[in-house]
Amino acid sequence: MDPRRKRKLRLFVALSAAVLLAGALVYTSFSASTQAKEPSDLLAAAEPGRSYELTGKVVDDSVDRDGERLTFRIRDRDGRESLPVTYSGVVPDPFREGREVIVSGELKQGTFVAERDSLITKCPSKFTKDEQSA
Amino acid sequence: MEYGLAVVVLLALVAVVVLRPLVLGVGDEGGDSATREELEAAKEAKYREIRDAQLDLEMGKLSKEDHRAVDRELRAEAIEILKRIDEIDAPAERSSEA
Amino acid sequence: MAGLGSACLLVGLLTALYAAGASVYGARAGSRAAVASGRRAIYCVAGLMVTATVVLQSAFLRSDFSFQLVAEGSSTDTPTFYKFTAMWATQDGSLLLWALLMSLFSSAVLFATRRSLRDIAPWATAVLALVAGFFLLLMVAWENPFTTLASPPAEGAGLNPLLRHPAMMIHPPMLYTGYVGFSIPFAFAIGALIVRQTGADWIRATRRFALIAWTFLAAGIMLGALWSYAELGWGGYWAWDPVENASLMPWLVGTAFIHSIMVQEKRGMLKVWNVSLIVATFVLALLGTFLVRSGILDSIHAFGASTIGKQFLTFIAIAILGSTALIVSRLDDLRSRAKLDSLMSREAFFLVNNLVLVGLCVVIFWGTFFPLISEALSGEEASVGPPWFNRVTTPLALVLVALAAIGPMVPWRRASRSGLMRSFRLPISVMAVTLVALVAFTDSADSPPALVMFCFVALVLTVVAQELARGTAARRTIAGDPWPRALGQLIARNRRRYGGYLVHAGIAVLFLGVAASSAFDQQTDVRLSPGESFEAGGYDITYVRPTAEVGRDTSGTGAPIVFGAVLRARRGDAVQTLHPSRNFYPSQNAEAGPIGRFFEGEATSEVDVRWGLRRDLWTAVRPDIAELEPAIREADAKFADAGDDVQAIVIAAIVERYREQAPPASFRAIDSPLVSWIWIGGAIMILGALIAIWPSPEARMRRVTSIYAAKLGKELSSA
Repeated sequence: MDPRRKRKLRLFVALSAAVLLAGALVYTSFSASTQAKEPSDLLAAAEPGRSYELTGKVVDDSVDRDGERLTFRIRDRDGRESLPVTYSGVVPDPFREGREVIVSGELKQGTFVAERDSLITKCPSKFTKDEQSA
Repeated sequence: MEYGLAVVVLLALVAVVVLRPLVLGVGDEGGDSATREELEAAKEAKYREIRDAQLDLEMGKLSKEDHRAVDRELRAEAIEILKRIDEIDAPAERSSEA
Repeated sequence: MAGLGSACLLVGLLTALYAAGASVYGARAGSRAAVASGRRAIYCVAGLMVTATVVLQSAFLRSDFSFQLVAEGSSTDTPTFYKFTAMWATQDGSLLLWALLMSLFSSAVLFATRRSLRDIAPWATAVLALVAGFFLLLMVAWENPFTTLASPPAEGAGLNPLLRHPAMMIHPPMLYTGYVGFSIPFAFAIGALIVRQTGADWIRATRRFALIAWTFLAAGIMLGALWSYAELGWGGYWAWDPVENASLMPWLVGTAFIHSIMVQEKRGMLKVWNVSLIVATFVLALLGTFLVRSGILDSIHAFGASTIGKQFLTFIAIAILGSTALIVSRLDDLRSRAKLDSLMSREAFFLVNNLVLVGLCVVIFWGTFFPLISEALSGEEASVGPPWFNRVTTPLALVLVALAAIGPMVPWRRASRSGLMRSFRLPISVMAVTLVALVAFTDSADSPPALVMFCFVALVLTVVAQELARGTAARRTIAGDPWPRALGQLIARNRRRYGGYLVHAGIAVLFLGVAASSAFDQQTDVRLSPGESFEAGGYDITYVRPTAEVGRDTSGTGAPIVFGAVLRARRGDAVQTLHPSRNFYPSQNAEAGPIGRFFEGEATSEVDVRWGLRRDLWTAVRPDIAELEPAIREADAKFADAGDDVQAIVIAAIVERYREQAPPASFRAIDSPLVSWIWIGGAIMILGALIAIWPSPEARMRRVTSIYAAKLGKELSSA
């Protein structure tokens, strides 16, 4: 095979591989992703049994710790709708009333039941990492 | 007040530094020395390649034939660079002899 | 004094604009005086930035709370070290740091090239001036670090406790040195493209800056990971957090760049790759700076959460569009005459290396920005987590380590079969033996990716050892030196090559640690009362007793209250004692009671790690102070108006109660094999990079080159 044809073949193989890998990337990311929802979204339309990432602010005076279990209410960032959350697992250092949190889990009979260790609290300062749990 | 004064003073200082070449002119060896520095850098790089190839031969990574071919090519390229450096130096030598 | 600082910024901005203008004029009109003037303007900007920094730092050190930044980020009782580093904990201060580093580095490179690169340097000056000017504009117009408060408070807010760790304070300057360092080759690449001088001159002039940038960026990333492991309460070193990814992406592409430029220097190929890679590195560095500051990914709906988000994006867009247009318009000048001869050649491997590193970067970029992408594509905002990141990056990381082993063995142009066999015979045998041994004697086979990584690591280390051994043997035959001297001379005379090999070894060791600790670690979370025990990995751990201290913060961060635990860990015959604790800092919240505020502020985990070469035992405690609440509230009511010393006694009494009552506490313990090798590998990498960067003494070069000149002279006369 003359060099030019060999080069064109290499380029074709490389581009095809790139396209295939890109496709795999897109596919895996969409299938492995969790959707971020605020309480108002879930209150409006939540599919039972479906796992979501609930994000919002911790409502003041709603935090209750009972041994391993933590219960609190999450409200919309800019709104009033809120949901009760039950959680067990590691509570990140910056967790506090009024802070923004993300927690994964399912909505069961009006209460958001969180996955273990899935609570993430956003740091208020602009310059610190926010990820606190595995 | 402090701010305004500081701005004026700093601008003046900057202007002194920055306008010097425009006022006094840039007197230096001329464009040839710039090219010469680049050629020197290219020469050093070429010498490094020759030494690398030598090291590869000593370590057994290159066979004798491969090394001979590569070495010849690199030395030819080095000679080219040396010639170009000579061309820049030669007029200077000639003028100093004159 | 603040006025002086602000003036430095404004004058700096004007000077930077002048520098750009004078340089462009000088380039187009051929006026060397204008070019020199523009260069001197950059020196002035550097001087102004140094002055401004000195003004700001002195305000911090003097605790001058009329400066808003000092009032917000420092206090009179902040330790001096953290006063000094608080400057870059804030947005405004870190912009100043960027501008300072940018102007200093620019001055350095322009001074070094003041007599060479006559055509390229002016355009590079203009680019550097515009980048510095951008940061100055941000400060002058929007985020001035010298903002003053009309009525300064008596005491500052103090530094966020989470940042009170040496690694966290050196981390930003290291990252910024990396980002700024890569701007230098970027500017010269742009200049080279503009004047169509696409040879290797611009690379040679800025190579060292690229390497220094790479080294600092690597060190900064490692420090961030170390901080995460040793300071945060979750026990991991990498979470695929947007902020972490933001620094990793430019480093990956920067790594591709410093490899790929070797191909252009040697054979004049991959020119389009190189200019594209450095543009990508620079853009990603800007993006990295922007991501950390903007909150765009943290709270996705607050697009303009930071006041300078839109400006950053605009600047990044201009950089991308401008550079791409320039590259496309110069494609003809970037074509190389040489072509790829064989797939088994160093050039081909560098090309694959580029593809893998860029691929890793693309994957990480996709995952990091996925919330924005998915919202744009499907209307639903979704995100991907660490499991996805690990899944897609692991195969690429494996290929990368394999390349690090094979690449150095493959010669330029074309590899001969016999040469390859001779080079790989030993490494492949060692790898095979390693594979068999691991499968037979360990449970590495439980994690196939880890097993493959271990084998590739063995390959890399054998290759490096072989190179060192063969090279030393060659030197001994020539110079007859004893082993140690021959080895030292070998490395000293070929710093780039052997420094690079050492970096490869370091990266292999690092991945050894990563693979072992992520595949085989064992984490246990429990809730215990004193006297109870639990198992974590191979350890038998007992909660001996609680600890409670007032006013004695052993971690040196000024925490008034520290609750913790004494743990006894037994493994086989070895017994160790650990003291994880939790620092409680007073709250700034005015609504908290005078006693209560000491218990309601920020709390940080002080983990206790027993470092080891074979494994680490990592422990953290989360004391439950809920039972103290009634006492605290009662104290708030009773002692609201009491003096400070009475309140202090009350607090001490409440703290003591924790020790007496000893409520159950939550513990996390992680048995992490080989995790220390991550840090060791990182240190080896940095050492190797420093060796590669270190300039060879001039005298030695001249001696060698004179020998060659004589030889060449002979050939010249005989030709």
